[in-house]
Amino acid sequence: MKEQLDWKRRLSPAVNSIQPSSIRRFFDIASKMEDVISLGVGEPDFVTPWNIRESCVYGLEKGYTSYTANRGLPELRKEIVNKYKRQYDVTYDWETDVLVTVGVSEALDLAMRALLAPGDEVLIPEPCYVSYQATARLARGVPITVPAKIENEFRITPDELEPYVTDKTKILVIGYPNNPTGAIMSRDDLLAIAKFAEKHDLIVISDEIYSALTYTEQGPICFASLPGMKERTLVMDGFSKAYAMTGWRVGYVCGNPTLIAAMTKIHQYTMLCASIMAQMAATEALRNAEDSMKAMVKEYNRRRKLIYNGFVKMGLPCFEPKGAFYIFPDISPTGLTSEEFAEQLLEEEHVALVPGNAFGASGEGHIRCSYATAIDKISEALVRINRFVQKRM
Amino acid sequence: MDIKRELVDILEHDARRPVSDIAAMLSCTEDEVKKLMKELVNDGTILEYQTLINWEKLGDTRVTALIEINLAPQREVGFDAVAERIYKFDEVKSVYLMSGSFDLMLVVEGRSLKEIANFVATRLSTIEGVTATSSHFMLKPYKKDGVVITGKEEDHRLVVTP
Repeated sequence: MKEQLDWKRRLSPAVNSIQPSSIRRFFDIASKMEDVISLGVGEPDFVTPWNIRESCVYGLEKGYTSYTANRGLPELRKEIVNKYKRQYDVTYDWETDVLVTVGVSEALDLAMRALLAPGDEVLIPEPCYVSYQATARLARGVPITVPAKIENEFRITPDELEPYVTDKTKILVIGYPNNPTGAIMSRDDLLAIAKFAEKHDLIVISDEIYSALTYTEQGPICFASLPGMKERTLVMDGFSKAYAMTGWRVGYVCGNPTLIAAMTKIHQYTMLCASIMAQMAATEALRNAEDSMKAMVKEYNRRRKLIYNGFVKMGLPCFEPKGAFYIFPDISPTGLTSEEFAEQLLEEEHVALVPGNAFGASGEGHIRCSYATAIDKISEALVRINRFVQKRM
Repeated sequence: MDIKRELVDILEHDARRPVSDIAAMLSCTEDEVKKLMKELVNDGTILEYQTLINWEKLGDTRVTALIEINLAPQREVGFDAVAERIYKFDEVKSVYLMSGSFDLMLVVEGRSLKEIANFVATRLSTIEGVTATSSHFMLKPYKKDGVVITGKEEDHRLVVTP
């Protein structure tokens, strides 16, 4: 018999250094239950608006099945540039400043690989989306996580970031509206971060995938629209959340032409281009789906208020989330860790959600509940969670 | 959006939503919601709370027809007087004044094709001012008041995703 290969030893140390996402376990348990209500889903419950789907079908019928330019379809890039001009008065050149990617996830990966030399440090406020650290590590960088505080509604401040800055610090990643907390940053908060980035000459990756889901009167703020920030900012956004297009895998990144060209090189040799069907659908989304998008945002906003009200009534400390479709209550009054809470709740009440520590150590003591689900299910889930919580307080 | 409009928007799609939920969604008290709902009924903004039903599920074989009607308008009252005579029949579910080649569009319901045909022949076409009728029987409903009746799309999402 041949000896078993020691695969672990043969794998790249960078890959070995990252952990698979911890929420897989909950998925396995929840998938076997019948009457489970899931507040654990990080994607819209809406189906992509019909006109967008229909445009893809039309494209297929017309035979649009080829590669596109590496950077993406010109008409899509032009629409993206128009959006930034119209919405934020930020001017990008569609030929040089935009790259269409396979979701924001790819854009993140490309940015880390294009920017980081071994040992370069990336400041990442936590709790945050699960990819930031992993993509930094895979690019041989060093993720430096900075805990955001619930007292401050999980907004990050220069004072909190400052102690973590070294001469190796190169990138700051910010993701607001935030997954998992639902936090947003005010204009003043962002201006303070802008000053900090300037002071330390940092490149800012601003993950704005949830920008359309901002529930304030003034609406979302694009980091690149702040004075002096366009040059040092990579703005990333996409279609998954705003247009309920997660499965299409299409996003984009805008920024400095040299950096975009560098990212395009990696994209060219690894992905080649985002799928033409998805790009055609995305073009239709930007051209003709604003009303559908706004209708979905209106619905999310109602659910947001309902679920926030529910947690406040339960007596769990919780701040009002102003963005994305998550709420991040503090479950420490129950005496459970976030994993215990999630596991026991799933077993006893058949409600699935994600423990806060899946999004970094500072998420411990919290749970992430997604309200991207039908309002009846949210109501029923709140009843079940309340029953569960009251037994433990 | 003002609160009244927002309330109507919620009720239009889900009139059975508990007042407590609506209050949370509108960031106001339950009493305020109840008061507003009463006001909206009183001033005729909310006409009725109804239920959208798929009658086929009950084995019901009722027949629906769209009926176009041509009218000779009358001095002073135009089409209104005849429209009134028509909409007072229980069989007539909806009446619209239309632009184009005919004047009124009716939605008429009956137990059978024959019953509707009879209603058109004996009741509608005999009304003074009605100059012509044209009946179109509905064969299969796909979507009603914004709701898809059969073949709804299912939720294909995974149970937990980051």
